[in-house]
Amino acid sequence: MDEFRARVESERAYLLRYASLQLRDRHAAEDAVQETLLAALAGEASFVGRSSLRTWLTGILKHKIVDTIRRTARDATVVPGEPDLEEFDGLFDKRGHWQEPPSDWGNPDKTFDDKQFLAALKACLEQLPTKTAEAFMMREHLGHETADICKVLAITPTHCWVLLYRARMALRACLEETWSRPWTRKK
Amino acid sequence: MILSCREATRLASQGLDRPLSFGERVRLRVHLAVCAGCTNFSRQAELLRRAVQHLAS
Repeated sequence: MDEFRARVESERAYLLRYASLQLRDRHAAEDAVQETLLAALAGEASFVGRSSLRTWLTGILKHKIVDTIRRTARDATVVPGEPDLEEFDGLFDKRGHWQEPPSDWGNPDKTFDDKQFLAALKACLEQLPTKTAEAFMMREHLGHETADICKVLAITPTHCWVLLYRARMALRACLEETWSRPWTRKK
Repeated sequence: MILSCREATRLASQGLDRPLSFGERVRLRVHLAVCAGCTNFSRQAELLRRAVQHLAS
């Protein structure tokens, strides 16, 4: 029992990093991790060791994260209206063509090995508005379908697609600006 | 109907979140065939999806 407790406890730092990707509020992230650890200790019997302990804990944590997002979405007093697409006017000309077309980012597998890319991506994620970031991370990090995201965030599917579109547009523009490509760096 | 880049990027993004209709797929593909900027956008969006998976480790 104590050995199990120690192994669970040793995953705390990883789980907190994971939770912090989705929950901006440090306390909310810590609470979600704490609840996960408690649930894990209470449910030791259901850990059959077929998956790794980390995978099992992450599975519990994912539910806690979504619960937290659902709670805050319900508590939010400001109901966001349907976002309009005029906000991208600066990016496109009058005919709807790119002012500055996106560039080629090269081979993805090399890009993921680039520490500078992941650091720039993290920084860019932090600049997104909270709801936009929540929708994007629920979709891309937790892998939820749009219908689930709509329910959790209490928004319409159209609004959800706009949030995801907005997140992708903002992230790529931010990375275009802040990530210095390996092939342009001085050796 | 020819899509503008504004419409094409929106469709490319939605294509990652819902199944596009046959007409939408055709219009998007025709646009991407002649537009390097939107082709790059579309690849960047897919790359973001995969990159996010690398963040926690």
